[in-house]
Amino acid sequence: MADVLLFIVLPYVAISLAIFGGIYRYFNDRFSFSSLSSQLLEHRLLFWGIVPWHYGIVPVLLAHLLAIIFPNWWGVLLGGRDRLTALELVGMALGLLALIGIVILFVRRLVNARVRSVTSVMDWLLLLFLLLQVSLGAYIALTFRWGSLWYLHTAVPWLRSLTFFHPDAAPVLTLPLAVRIHMINAFVIILLFPFTRLVHIFTFPARYIARPWQLIWWRRQ
Amino acid sequence: MKIRAQTAMVFHLDKCIGCHTCSIACKNIWTDRHGTEYMWWNNVETKPGTGYPTLWEDQGKYQGGWERRDKSVGLRLHSRGEGLANIFYNPSLPSLDDYYEPWSYRYSELTNAPAGDDQPVARPISMITGKEMSIEAGPNWDDDLGGSRIYAAGDFNLAVLTDEERQQLFLLERLVFFHLPRICNHCLNPGCVAACPTGAIYKRGEDGIVLVSQEKCRAWRMCVSGCPYKKVYFNWKTGKSEKCILCYPRQETCQAPACFHSCVGRIRYLGTLLYDADGIEQCASVPDHELVEAQRGLILDPSDPQICQKAQDDGIHESIIEAARKSPVYRFVKEWRLALPLHPEARTIPMLYYVPPLLPVAATMEEGKYELGSDLFVDQATGRLPLRYFAALFAAGNEEPVRAVYRKLLAVRLLRRRETVGDIPEEVVQRILNESGSTSQEAEAIYRMTSLATFAERHVIPPFMREMAIEATTDPFERKESAGFGLSRPPKRGW
Ligand code: SF4
Ligand code: SF4
Repeated sequence: MADVLLFIVLPYVAISLAIFGGIYRYFNDRFSFSSLSSQLLEHRLLFWGIVPWHYGIVPVLLAHLLAIIFPNWWGVLLGGRDRLTALELVGMALGLLALIGIVILFVRRLVNARVRSVTSVMDWLLLLFLLLQVSLGAYIALTFRWGSLWYLHTAVPWLRSLTFFHPDAAPVLTLPLAVRIHMINAFVIILLFPFTRLVHIFTFPARYIARPWQLIWWRRQ
Repeated sequence: MKIRAQTAMVFHLDKCIGCHTCSIACKNIWTDRHGTEYMWWNNVETKPGTGYPTLWEDQGKYQGGWERRDKSVGLRLHSRGEGLANIFYNPSLPSLDDYYEPWSYRYSELTNAPAGDDQPVARPISMITGKEMSIEAGPNWDDDLGGSRIYAAGDFNLAVLTDEERQQLFLLERLVFFHLPRICNHCLNPGCVAACPTGAIYKRGEDGIVLVSQEKCRAWRMCVSGCPYKKVYFNWKTGKSEKCILCYPRQETCQAPACFHSCVGRIRYLGTLLYDADGIEQCASVPDHELVEAQRGLILDPSDPQICQKAQDDGIHESIIEAARKSPVYRFVKEWRLALPLHPEARTIPMLYYVPPLLPVAATMEEGKYELGSDLFVDQATGRLPLRYFAALFAAGNEEPVRAVYRKLLAVRLLRRRETVGDIPEEVVQRILNESGSTSQEAEAIYRMTSLATFAERHVIPPFMREMAIEATTDPFERKESAGFGLSRPPKRGW
């Protein structure tokens, strides 16, 4: 029963809330639809935290996603032993980078009075969950070898079953506790998405690459 | 050619008394909110001095404005790719300490102090953390040369002077300073707009006022660095960039912007300029010494019938062209060639022009007689601040346009002195007028606009006809209530 709740109900609830909550917030509170930069208030620690964090977590997250979307392709990619080793190493390095980053960011918010004064309850919650998530991720990567491979046969089938509305949690129920917490926590973070600054993920201004330098707006007639 | 209209400004520095009334007028209306305490959309700095934020002119540090590259210009801050790669951390952002930490006082300590022998003191409290703090900097920390050994000596523009000249500046009997009020220049080629990855900053088509859309801004804070004048500020509370809005809500109801309206020295002029929008890139790309002339060249004559016709074809309303004809800014910048752009080498083509101060009132007392020499400023030997200093400020290092301005300003002064005091021979005045390329009629007109112009002559606010544009989409009465800052809900972040 608990398994159904945690591995089937929670994901559906989290994702629906993220989608509908995100859309609702975008249309009803666009003003806050971003991260709240605190670089003005403190920049030295920020640099050592935020740069490793983003450059670590973004590729790792993308790798998680790619494996779900293209499992076959991912399997082929990991086919050779060398390639598997290389990928694991890169993944581990990026994961550690992200871990170092988030720890620095966490400490920064704790010790710097200026930054503390612009930190909301939701920011603290999110930071805690992210810290837990990345620590677990790094721990799993270091202790349960070849995660990029077994991920394909455990989490991926489960996540795909959820995606295609034939929910089946069986492939993941026997995994070690740390891995299961990592999975549940992932959905907790997704659940938090529309209520936190995480929404900034979807504000990445890729259009900048192609827009004209100068913008002129004429009033609407 | 594509003609557009721009609301432009002139500040006459000889008239600024450094009273900061402008700054306070602005602060009371626009930046009296939490998160904006440290912002001064209008600030008045003492020159020589390091300014606010400290050393803002040092583009090596802050990377503002444009750089000449081959035949065009590129943002100094970043290429598009770099901009996106640096989006998590902007390496050229000023920190709060480059401005100052805003504070208030715990006034209750005064009223609640127990009776005693000592005078009670109210302690300073940070307006960010709410904790006690020690005050180490402020928005005009070096006002009137306060701490000049540190601040004035650190003025970025002094680099063009020789060691000896610099030493002389700080001799007690030669001490000299002037005030430099600064607001956003509402540039034609704004660095802030170009630097914003989201595209949240824009120039209004009708009058060229540069605004940050508070709904669109996503806190990437690149604009703060992109502006070479550091006139975009980041609101740390709302996570939005904010800047001078040239009081557009006031202008739309035919009132002058607050800093203009309240200016005690009446140094400020506001008016419309017509310019050729197709010439912007070309104008921004010329070598340094041609910049002043190129920027003047961009401005078109609103009395020329051909220009008027083309302007109308380009959709500029007749009433705006009419306003451009009456514009005092056109007089100062184009006709009289007296007003110069601040740091044109940043190539944003600023639309706030300055009449440089004739400050070295170069009169001397000789044998008890007040002597106003005749060849002053022709070689600037008697000037207290070398011409090169002003050239570094207002002409990208080119002394020629600055010298021309001073010649003319002096000619006006001598002409008036002859008329009011009568101690200067007619020939001297005539010779100086000729040398400066002016006439007595022009000098008289300059004098009138400088000293006697009425409020309405100094501020020719173009008609916006906002009511017509708005009726189509919104009930004007409803709009009226929400027009203020452009936000119709409180600027709060829920999470
Ligand atoms: S002065 Fe104003 S318009 Fe020009 S770059 Fe700076 S903020 Fe933008
Ligand atoms: S109000 Fe006018 S005179 Fe006073 S400091 Fe401002 S610009 Fe100068």
